[in-house]
Amino acid sequence: MSLFIVNILDGLVTGLLLFMLCSGLTLIFSMMGVLNFAHASFYMLGAYFAYQISTYTGFWVGLIVAPIIVGVFGALIERYGLRRVHKYGHVPELIFTFGLALLIEEVVQFFWGRSQMPYRAPEALDFAAFSIAGNAFPAYKVFMIFVAIGLFLALLYILTKTRIGMTIQAALSYPETVQNLGHNVPLVFMGVFGVGTAMAGLAGVIAGPVMGTFPGMAVFLGSIVFVTIVIGGLGSLWGALIASLLIGWIQTFAATYNVRMEDILTGLGFDKPEPIWDSAWQDLWTLTLPQIGPILPYLLMVIVLVVRPQGLFGKRES
Amino acid sequence: MSISPNTPLTAGTRRLLPLNLLWPWLVAAVILIILPLVFDSRSALTIMNQMGITIVFALSYNMLLGQGGMLSFGHAVYMGLGGFCAMHVMNMVEGGLWLPLPLLPIVGGIFGLFFAFLIGSFSTRRAGTVFAMISLGVGELVAASSIIIVIFFGGEEGISGDRTMGPEFFGLDFGAQSQVYYLTALWLFIAALGMYLYTRTPIGRISNAVRDNEERAEFLGYSQRHVRWISFCASGFFAGIAGALFAINFEILTEENLNLVTSGSILLATFLGGVGFFIGPIIGAIVFTLLQTVLALYTEIWSLYLGILFLATVMFFPFGLTGLLAIHILPWKLGKFRLLVKPYALMAIPALMVVLGGAAFLEILFHIRSAAVGDSEMTLYGITFDSHGVLPMLSAIVVFVIGVYLLNKLAPMLKEAFAQATSMKGAGS
Repeated sequence: MSLFIVNILDGLVTGLLLFMLCSGLTLIFSMMGVLNFAHASFYMLGAYFAYQISTYTGFWVGLIVAPIIVGVFGALIERYGLRRVHKYGHVPELIFTFGLALLIEEVVQFFWGRSQMPYRAPEALDFAAFSIAGNAFPAYKVFMIFVAIGLFLALLYILTKTRIGMTIQAALSYPETVQNLGHNVPLVFMGVFGVGTAMAGLAGVIAGPVMGTFPGMAVFLGSIVFVTIVIGGLGSLWGALIASLLIGWIQTFAATYNVRMEDILTGLGFDKPEPIWDSAWQDLWTLTLPQIGPILPYLLMVIVLVVRPQGLFGKRES
Repeated sequence: MSISPNTPLTAGTRRLLPLNLLWPWLVAAVILIILPLVFDSRSALTIMNQMGITIVFALSYNMLLGQGGMLSFGHAVYMGLGGFCAMHVMNMVEGGLWLPLPLLPIVGGIFGLFFAFLIGSFSTRRAGTVFAMISLGVGELVAASSIIIVIFFGGEEGISGDRTMGPEFFGLDFGAQSQVYYLTALWLFIAALGMYLYTRTPIGRISNAVRDNEERAEFLGYSQRHVRWISFCASGFFAGIAGALFAINFEILTEENLNLVTSGSILLATFLGGVGFFIGPIIGAIVFTLLQTVLALYTEIWSLYLGILFLATVMFFPFGLTGLLAIHILPWKLGKFRLLVKPYALMAIPALMVVLGGAAFLEILFHIRSAAVGDSEMTLYGITFDSHGVLPMLSAIVVFVIGVYLLNKLAPMLKEAFAQATSMKGAGS
């Protein structure tokens, strides 16, 4: 039972982290119609910038400064890159962000090399917040949970309760009208892209010490993020939240419970072929749950798409 | 959804070569036959084989992206699965199954078609962005499964075979590299012709219609979903052929043939060449393979250059290299090409300065960041110098900045020359 609670909490941390990425991506997508393939690359940049800053000033300055740098960088890319490609349609935009993801990975390897960076959590949070039946739960993870929830609430407040949020939402549906009312719509888009990438950067800053800061971190998370928003339903913030938590828990539980296919098959009354390494069913018999854990999100996506093509919370077919 | 006529995808209706005539195909066949006689070294043959396979793969990719408007991030799946199946069949041939090696690509194609049929049944339900993401998810699923399912994919080591063990085919045993070249070239020709003819069939034309305006196509009575599915299957078939050719040529397949990196590089190659144009992917695959093999010989950061080149292509020449060629056809036909010679010659100098200066800057920076401590001597363009010194870095930056400045200065002149060269006035002089 205690292991179960620890897993629930660990899955929550992973899920919320995923949600920080998904919410920025969903924000950009629903505002601008651009699916930012390089979103996870901004997450990686956040982690690397924060690491570099933390070597001079410590963790906390990096926590504030790194997301701002990433956001400014993102806004500049929107202004001088994406806007240029925009006139060719959505597919070239997507190809542009795909190329950007490749380039950012190369640039990161160019400056920091291929190995993992020694980016660590601050000492002030390096203790066990509480323990459940001997399983210590680190304070840093509690901190992560609060940052993610705080960000979500702030985003919700800005979008639904403030003037800026109203302008953003109006600019999405009626860009010409909003433009004629005197608002600078291109600037709004630039701002939205900047904020979205800054959120990804913040996720990178707080995830870097736990998940590892290495050049593959963007690719590792990038496709999971896309799978998550497809499962949740494109453009739906609530769908993204539910799908993120779902995937966080699936991955955590799959990694800790060592269910073996062999036990299930013998339980069902099948005989194990001997010797196993000569059998054509070898893979089926030797599979374990931690082994198939990484492919479960993709499998879930395929199932959701077959059953409900618009995603769990998606409203429209396309 | 209305698409402006000036998008890279809809450019495909324009044609660079009159491929409906016989002579371009005859020329291509002759070139394919004499190429290995001109470049007869072993490494040249290897590069040409790789090129041939990439061309088939890129053409099949363009069938999706250029013809059908479907951006796929998982196209390596169909090439890879076709290749894996072909490799297993090749190993069965060793065990006694009768199948001459030249027929193996059909086997790969059929398996590629089968998997495309299966996966296409749910992934082609939607187009555009959603299709792109589904293709990514499926690609990741297959790539991740390939490590788990050891008996079929061979785990981390992959599976290998021996192409020479099959029945003899008119006295050929395919041990020599040149024999494999001619096998690849033959199949390249067949596949390219097949894919070209496909674009001329009604279904090929309707897939263009669905790409340009799916609602209107639906209104005319064509199910956009079925049209996409059929295109997807056809594309999977030719990707499978490419996979089997890969299996024959390299005799080994690994997880790498299925993953996102392979899917991404075919997108890179196709886009670089020019989507939409039929010969775009061919040019793209040739240039891409050359860049990959030649750049890698000279510099460690070749993939950084490739990334910069790709991004620059998307931003400045969304019609790719073929598009660049295509805009010169009109001046050529009007007989005014000579108007462009002088501006191009003038632009060439600053352009070279930008490339060399920029590359020097990156190389010096990379040397400073990655060389061992104390090792500060590096050689660039035949000059040996101290990479930590101020002078080399400064001169690289100066050359780069002057080049950019001059390019900006000269750009209006080129634009004007182009306007003159493409205007109808005084044509044929």
